[in-house]
Amino acid sequence: MTEAARPRHSIRFHGRSYHAMVLAPEPPVTNWLAELDTWLERSPGFFFGRPVVLDVAVLQPGKQGLAELLQNLAGRNIKVMGIEGAEPFWLDFAMPPLLLSGRQTSAVPGDDPPAAAEAPASAPFSGSDPDAAAALSDAPSLQGDASAPPVAPAIPRQPNSLLLDNQVRSGQCIVHPEGDVIVVGSVASGAEVIAGGSIHVYGTLRGRAIAGSRDARARIFCRKLEAELVSIDGLYMVADDMPAHLRGQPIQVWLDGDSMMMAQD
Amino acid sequence: MAKVLVVTSGKGGVGKTTSTAALGAALATAGKNVVLIDFDVGLRNLDLVMGAERRVVYDLINVVQGDAKLAQALIRDKRVPALHLLPASQTRDKDALSEEGVARVIAELREKFDWVICDSPAGIERGATLAMRHADVAIVVTNPEVSSVRDSDRMIGLLDSKTEKAEKGERVEKHLLITRFDAARAGRGEMLNVEDVLEILSIPLLGIIPESFEVLRASNLGSPVTLNNPMSAPARAYFDAAKRLNGEALDMTIPSDRKGLFGKLFGRRAA
Repeated sequence: MTEAARPRHSIRFHGRSYHAMVLAPEPPVTNWLAELDTWLERSPGFFFGRPVVLDVAVLQPGKQGLAELLQNLAGRNIKVMGIEGAEPFWLDFAMPPLLLSGRQTSAVPGDDPPAAAEAPASAPFSGSDPDAAAALSDAPSLQGDASAPPVAPAIPRQPNSLLLDNQVRSGQCIVHPEGDVIVVGSVASGAEVIAGGSIHVYGTLRGRAIAGSRDARARIFCRKLEAELVSIDGLYMVADDMPAHLRGQPIQVWLDGDSMMMAQD
Repeated sequence: MAKVLVVTSGKGGVGKTTSTAALGAALATAGKNVVLIDFDVGLRNLDLVMGAERRVVYDLINVVQGDAKLAQALIRDKRVPALHLLPASQTRDKDALSEEGVARVIAELREKFDWVICDSPAGIERGATLAMRHADVAIVVTNPEVSSVRDSDRMIGLLDSKTEKAEKGERVEKHLLITRFDAARAGRGEMLNVEDVLEILSIPLLGIIPESFEVLRASNLGSPVTLNNPMSAPARAYFDAAKRLNGEALDMTIPSDRKGLFGKLFGRRAA
């Protein structure tokens, strides 16, 4: 009897974002593939082990065309992990999944130091190339000269924070995966705020604040800490583990590597 | 212009039914035409607290389902003629309430009365959501303790999202009624104090009802405390709350029996 009544442990799901290269073929496909071949001759194995997303928004190949394109890429040892910009009915089950909500970021080694540091290690073939950085930054479009200086693409940043003028009441769950959440009132005990970015609470934080589901640099700020749980990028701290002297204080929470830091503001 | 008032709390046992009866009686003695509706189908209590349990023939379910006319189900109070009761059914459950039926009954009551006061059941299920559905004004009853405050907070969230007014983009007017308040225990930190509760819930305060044996005595006699002993501390607090509901601005005080008790003690000693 107790067996049946025992609650199952729920499975935890985490959001995580990765850098992937986007291949955006342009019509006509045969020309584009020929260009790709010349590229691959110069840097064979460039795509080896790299996550590649295929963006067909420009090409619009249709169901048949997409299948052929995937075959062509597979023939060149390019594994596609996801497809963007396709109509759902073009895809069959064996194809990589359709990706939505992707956002353009800088070219791979651009302004993200960790990614740049990892790049040579994970791509041994390009590591030997003196202008590897340039090659990488040009790779997504496969255009222009390999020795051209890296272009810094403008990052389109929409104002996508969520401002809540009222209190968040017990039982309410605010989910905003796109950016920061700003709560002008308090977050009640039993309420939950989940943000892709940082969470700012200008009242008392009594409920749960789960920040940075897409960003380990996210932070949690509140005027008065009475929280049940704070979490950033999957790491969490429950009320029992919070330093007692910070209770009731205005605080800031951030991640330092794999440890959660909390300090009075 | 009739107003529909819901008395709600989320948590059980905090004094919803007592407050419904006391406020209803206070409003009725002030000359308003009042009807109290018991939404606690299956666990009705309001008829007992009002002392009308022997006069129940038809109930809310009968009216909602069209088996009885509203006039047949309404019970007029013997003490205050302007006070009426629409009892709940003890034998049915909350699923017997249909949304359209409740809407029709409330609309009909709006035409006849100044105040339609809905006594909500505990919890956040069907009965409670139907009771608050058509409300213009809500009284959130809270005891000064953490579980009650948190449940009330949840209720306020529901009032802002699940009521007809909220769905039209308007706001339900919300008031906080703190019941069973003991100033001495709050002072010693054994209870939340009024400031704490107000800070957490941040809705306007309608009244503070002191903890008193008078409340239990009145309930057991089947009489709202405002009728049973109008001079007692809880009754005075309820009268003040009723005046505030009618728009009067009064200073917030916590009436107390203590002076009276001391007076009696000294009186006896002197004699």
